[in-house]
Amino acid sequence: MIKITEKPIDIPKVIETASSLGAGAVNVFIGTVRNTAHNKNVVWLEYEAYEGMAVNETRKIIDDAAHKWPLMGWAVSHRIGTLKPGEVAVVVAVATKHRKESFEACQYIIDKLKENVPIFKKEVFEDGEEWVGAQPKIQASAPMN
Amino acid sequence: MMKVRVFAYGIVRDIAGKSFELEVPGKTVGALRQALLNTYPSLGNLPSLLVAVNQEYADDSQPVKPDDEVVLIPPVSGG
Repeated sequence: MIKITEKPIDIPKVIETASSLGAGAVNVFIGTVRNTAHNKNVVWLEYEAYEGMAVNETRKIIDDAAHKWPLMGWAVSHRIGTLKPGEVAVVVAVATKHRKESFEACQYIIDKLKENVPIFKKEVFEDGEEWVGAQPKIQASAPMN
Repeated sequence: MMKVRVFAYGIVRDIAGKSFELEVPGKTVGALRQALLNTYPSLGNLPSLLVAVNQEYADDSQPVKPDDEVVLIPPVSGG
């Protein structure tokens, strides 16, 4: 299951979807909205996704992970829209026979998701807002007096 | 010249709009990128700007046609 949703993520459903009777481990990563960034208070985050491609790119990551580790089940759910601190933004669940590969596969999936999947977030502070990772390069400028 | 409709997300949408047409003097993603930067020079200051054609990341040598689904992808930040 790969899901992009505006509704709160149903964490037990994600875990249940990943689970397998043959598995001895289900590893679950829950990404939550932190209340600070750059030493400022985060009021909320705005997430948006290029949904069709986000699902396709996530599927490629899962396929890669399934080649590297013997996955017995998996599920990924990512929330979009407005999220406040403490809310759950993403859940990755991976089931494997033994625990070691479940940790490794779960970390691989969330790391690659953050690198490749076209999902974008904007941090909204009390005094402004900023697209994460997308701030313009610093331009060379005349020294300030 | 061909006209290509492009869609944008995140900071690119804030700068250029959700959807707009570009006059592209060529038939590749690279030509489209050049036309984009000519129209919106500030996009050149982004840490990265990828182009997706029909929901796949595309490099500058890849061909692009007017009926392709072309989307501008600024740095991603899911999770």
